[in-house]
Amino acid sequence: MAEQEKTQIIIVHSAKYQTTYNKKYENRKVWAEPNHNHINSYIPGTIIDILVKEGQKVAAGQSILILEAMKMFNDVKMPFKGKILKVNVEKGQKIPKNFLIIEIEPAD
Amino acid sequence: MSLKRNILDLRKRKDEVRKGGGDEAMEKQVAMGKLSARDRILAIVDEGSFHEYDMFVEHAGTDFDMGTKVLAGDGVVIGTGTIYGSPVCLFAQDFTVAGGSLGLSHARKITKIMDHALKMRVPLIGINDSGGARIQEGVNSLAGYGEIFFRNTLSSGVIPQISVILGPCAGGAVYSPALTDFVFVVENISKMFITGPAVIKSVLGEDISMEALGGARVHAEITGNAHFFALSEKECFEQIKTLITYIPWNNTQKAKTFPVKEPKSKYKIQNIVPADARLPYDIREIIKSITDGSEFFEIMELFAANIVIGFGRMNGETIGFVANQPKVLAGVLDCDSSDKAARFIRYCNAFNIPIITLEDMPGYLPGVDQEHAGVIRHGAKILYAYSEATVPKITVIIRKAYGGGYIAMNSRHLRADFVFAWPTAEIAVMGPEGAANIVFRKEISEAADPDAMRQQKIQEYKEKFANPYVAASKGYIDEVIEPQETRKILLHALKISASKDVQGPSKKHGLPPF
Repeated sequence: MAEQEKTQIIIVHSAKYQTTYNKKYENRKVWAEPNHNHINSYIPGTIIDILVKEGQKVAAGQSILILEAMKMFNDVKMPFKGKILKVNVEKGQKIPKNFLIIEIEPAD
Repeated sequence: MSLKRNILDLRKRKDEVRKGGGDEAMEKQVAMGKLSARDRILAIVDEGSFHEYDMFVEHAGTDFDMGTKVLAGDGVVIGTGTIYGSPVCLFAQDFTVAGGSLGLSHARKITKIMDHALKMRVPLIGINDSGGARIQEGVNSLAGYGEIFFRNTLSSGVIPQISVILGPCAGGAVYSPALTDFVFVVENISKMFITGPAVIKSVLGEDISMEALGGARVHAEITGNAHFFALSEKECFEQIKTLITYIPWNNTQKAKTFPVKEPKSKYKIQNIVPADARLPYDIREIIKSITDGSEFFEIMELFAANIVIGFGRMNGETIGFVANQPKVLAGVLDCDSSDKAARFIRYCNAFNIPIITLEDMPGYLPGVDQEHAGVIRHGAKILYAYSEATVPKITVIIRKAYGGGYIAMNSRHLRADFVFAWPTAEIAVMGPEGAANIVFRKEISEAADPDAMRQQKIQEYKEKFANPYVAASKGYIDEVIEPQETRKILLHALKISASKDVQGPSKKHGLPPF
């Protein structure tokens, strides 16, 4: 019997099916291409120290920031050789997960 | 002392223990909509059948002035009783005594009744209502939890284990319920989490209430930790009693049989399913149109509702039903529904309950979130569970049976005993729309009117392949049946399967993908 309640559409193998969504499906995360020039917090915590300045050129693997989380001092490192464009945090600041801490750009 | 005085003395001692944490604590408990530990047990078991043990056990704490304190029964009630005549072992934590905290003696009482349940091969019901480890007893209380978890695992698949969360169950304590077969929760009363709101706030800055973090609805709907959700303790106890009627005492027995009842006439099986495979309906109507008395006891109703699992009876015997639900997410398989079905299939197999699978699903749910959540390894669980199961396994394909999902849903290839299909079944490598786009890609793109050509090719494909007869011609389907014959044929197939005996290769244990 066709449903009288509000129906939604699910597409599988190009076919459109009338159905209803559940909460989890409605709240699913939509994937976005990560920006490699953004350094985001992978865990919430406190900024203990910032080891670089805006405009500074930094080698790959060099420590740029110390983030305290779960009683550990996490060493955040430069992912590639590049330049620090912008620092969005200050010492002592508490930040949530996925917070944009530092913006960088690669150098040749 | 005369005998009479001895008896009076005994009664006085027992009454003292039954007071638990005292009147004030009891009043608080009741004000929260909760019954006392003993009343909960009495509400579950047959009247007059409960016997309590270890009433006079004392707690083992000595540090922090604990030596001078008296804790009635050390905060837990253990005993045996019957439910509709079936024997059960029970324990119930008493929140009124030191917050139901778990110390060494408390844990030993629990493990004693667990050992008893395993030895006697009868179900174990545990009621959890505890603030957690008794900090004053330190590492002894951790030892207590470990001993419980070990026994949960040892008993797993031998006796049914039921956990009832009627209060807080936090930190390590959650792992006993998580190891058991069925978890019952009650709205506003059950709270389960590893890390509570206070710590989450201080460490992560996330502000969340206990209810929103680990309340009953969260576990019934989002995490999948709970199997049964109730609005009151009373409703919860009824659910437990009903469950007990559907399951056997242990893994060497079969569930009790009941008098056969015909399905109710209001369920007209031939009128439930829309002819258009893209339209939804409630698969539970189909289940109720074939079970005895149209009764269906659904498990995990709110979690991953795109697959329906639960117990019904056929010819008086308990049957486990696994059915795709077109009404929710078109009945697709995904991480959660695979997990849900796989665990249930393994439960049925462990406890000698035949499985009937009703199939109507378009395939696996597409999406980055699904792929990244591991739909490959989760989806594999359902294949594993069906392949491994040696109980009678019967499939009825109602409409769509496409692609990998067709294989997963107890296909012939996974050693289904019987596979039936309605004439509306579409058994194909994928749906006509998707298949036409691939097979006729060239014709469609080169046509003057590609859309018209696509529709024509979809129609062609549909007529040729979207039916049960291609699969039937290869013997993958045993019989194409008329919808109104379904119950009759299932009863026959169950009868033929009654003494099924298959043995796999000997092994220590398999390695399912979890």
